[in-house]
Amino acid sequence: MSILIKNGRVIDPANKLDGVLDVFIQDNKISRVAQKIQVSAETIIDAKNKIVIPGIVDMHVHLREPGREDKETVSSATTAAAKGGITTVLAMPNTQPAMDSSKNVELLQSIINKDAKINVQICGTLSRGRLGQELSEIISLKKAGVRALSDDGSSLDNDLLMLEALKQARSAGLLAICHCEDKSLSGKGVINLGFNSTRLGLRGISNASEYKRVQRDVELSRQSGCPVHIAHVSCRESVEIIAQAKQKGYPITSETAPHYFALTEDELLGYDSNMKMNPPLRSKEDLTVIIRGLKDGIIDVIASDHAPHTENEKDIEFERAEFGVVGLETELSVSITELIDKGFLNWPELVKKLCLNPARILGLNRGSLTVGDLADLAIISDQSSWVVEKAGLVSKSRNSAFLGRSLKGLVDYTICNGTIVYQR
Amino acid sequence: MLWTKKDLLGLEYLTAEEINIILDTAESFKEVSTREIKKVPALRGKTAVNLFYEPSTRTRVSFEVAAKRLSADVINIAAETSSVRKGETLIDTGKNIQALKADIIIMRHSCSGAANMLARSLDISVVNAGDGWHEHPTQALLDIFTLKEKLGKIEGLNVAIVGDIAHSRVARSNIWGLTKLGAKVTLCAPEMLLPPGIALTGAKTSSDLEAVLKNADAVNVLRMQFERDENAAFPEQLDYFKKFGITEEKLEKAKKNILVMHPGPINRGIEMSSGVADGRNSVILDQVTNGIAVRMAVLFLVSQARETKQGI
Repeated sequence: MSILIKNGRVIDPANKLDGVLDVFIQDNKISRVAQKIQVSAETIIDAKNKIVIPGIVDMHVHLREPGREDKETVSSATTAAAKGGITTVLAMPNTQPAMDSSKNVELLQSIINKDAKINVQICGTLSRGRLGQELSEIISLKKAGVRALSDDGSSLDNDLLMLEALKQARSAGLLAICHCEDKSLSGKGVINLGFNSTRLGLRGISNASEYKRVQRDVELSRQSGCPVHIAHVSCRESVEIIAQAKQKGYPITSETAPHYFALTEDELLGYDSNMKMNPPLRSKEDLTVIIRGLKDGIIDVIASDHAPHTENEKDIEFERAEFGVVGLETELSVSITELIDKGFLNWPELVKKLCLNPARILGLNRGSLTVGDLADLAIISDQSSWVVEKAGLVSKSRNSAFLGRSLKGLVDYTICNGTIVYQR
Repeated sequence: MLWTKKDLLGLEYLTAEEINIILDTAESFKEVSTREIKKVPALRGKTAVNLFYEPSTRTRVSFEVAAKRLSADVINIAAETSSVRKGETLIDTGKNIQALKADIIIMRHSCSGAANMLARSLDISVVNAGDGWHEHPTQALLDIFTLKEKLGKIEGLNVAIVGDIAHSRVARSNIWGLTKLGAKVTLCAPEMLLPPGIALTGAKTSSDLEAVLKNADAVNVLRMQFERDENAAFPEQLDYFKKFGITEEKLEKAKKNILVMHPGPINRGIEMSSGVADGRNSVILDQVTNGIAVRMAVLFLVSQARETKQGI
């Protein structure tokens, strides 16, 4: 199939492109990117006044399958991802069973081969069952095709074990993605520790419970030489620690999620469990530093941390509700609304955070419109507004932190491996 | 100014005017409990349901007496003996009670925000009888009513609150109510029991009980709960009594007519000595009496607000 996308503003920082250009896709690959391409194509898309970017690479997504297909499946999640302009996701391993063995990875891979609408890469666990007691068989996980390792949802508490895990990850050439949380400090906390947790009468999760673990994982990265990617950075101290680590040349990268640069702990004043996630929404100061961290390159990636939960698990007493919010369908729009429209990032910078950097960090040949590469891209009406409503979301679970909000930016087309996988 | 809220969830959500409406209404209901026939027909034909997920005698009985003096029908549901044990959710329980055409749910729950959650899911009234660490609005209202009755005003009063502020819904409700009405609030507790940012409410904090008592017009003493399953740091019982327990000795250094208050039940010898609990400065039993009037006012007002909305 051949597709010609005309007249769009093409933004491809990998190839230093930002301008009105045509993109020609043939045999599933990017064939040409140039002005006014004259060629016959089976499908012609007029992208006048629209933005054309590489398909988004979301490196932090909970697909929930196998195990919790009531919350989400590979099929429903990848459908939602395509709607959000996302063409590659990294599936986090806290499934049931966890991705801690080649057998389990093969199980997920066969589901992906059958049901996935876009590219799905698999993340394995660092420890068996994510229990933090014994390491997974990291070498066989690598052979089974995992792209990275993480105990996400938890942090490996034992320093010696974590160091060993990182050494093995390094030998296997695998990235370690770290959910940084010291549970002995966060305990039964459910929202950010501070005046809001006091006035709401809820147990708080301190910044320290995150940044102390960031400190540890940065140090162990240095000791082991293993590349470490800090997941869902939420507070200012973490940004500072990562900045210093990068300055010293440690192999550290980091990500944040859209809710950390869009929302603060004030959203919790009504006890809305769709604002409950871990790490929690933090203060205005933290939000400001997160945005600055994105601008200054300390935070490399925006990833959704898409965490679907059923209504039964969310629409209950606040402290009993599950942590987590969905994000595949709102990630791009929140980024446009909060970062582009407010002048914090320009389009090439945003495309780096959403597409190019995550691809590079995972060692994937994605995130760009390089001629000869498989064609993953999204066409966006960046000026169009929409209101997030449960009825309009296509992921199986609808626990979004942005319900009722008006966002800017609608995806018109998503193309994955040269095929249109979403059309508005 | 009118009372327009169908629910009472907390004093944080009320204006000073709204708090005064409750106090004024309570004033007029206080007289009812002094009659030979302690009854007015204000809520005749209405059904109030006490939905208590946590054990309580004092608050539950107080609400029941208040509702009955207004001629309402009262149903008591104790969670442990209800379908809650079969796993029925809070919202389902609320909707079922609503389907029985009850008018008011008075709820005590161990989770902060439970009353907020129930109130937004139901059309009937929800009165918060205590939710987790969050608020216990009627307790603070009766505390404030008692202060006003004894001292004539709230504005400018020095009120000390002593005890486990961090885990206390009574403290939070009192802090909101008192600061909104212009009192000067000082919280006195060991450092580990003062929650983050509490000074942003306008209350002062101190760990020096003697200094605090010296200037106080009233001291509200909170119950100390030593049976906990928290890992968090907690004071040792005898040490606490020595430093923060209210004794006759400590009161000698306070104002002669300082009011001593307590939400009850009292742990004699822990937060307060028996001598103080039963002494000349104690208004603890007045608080209990005033609790009836205040709760009658609250039930009456939320019921009225709902009727007004329905255009009855």
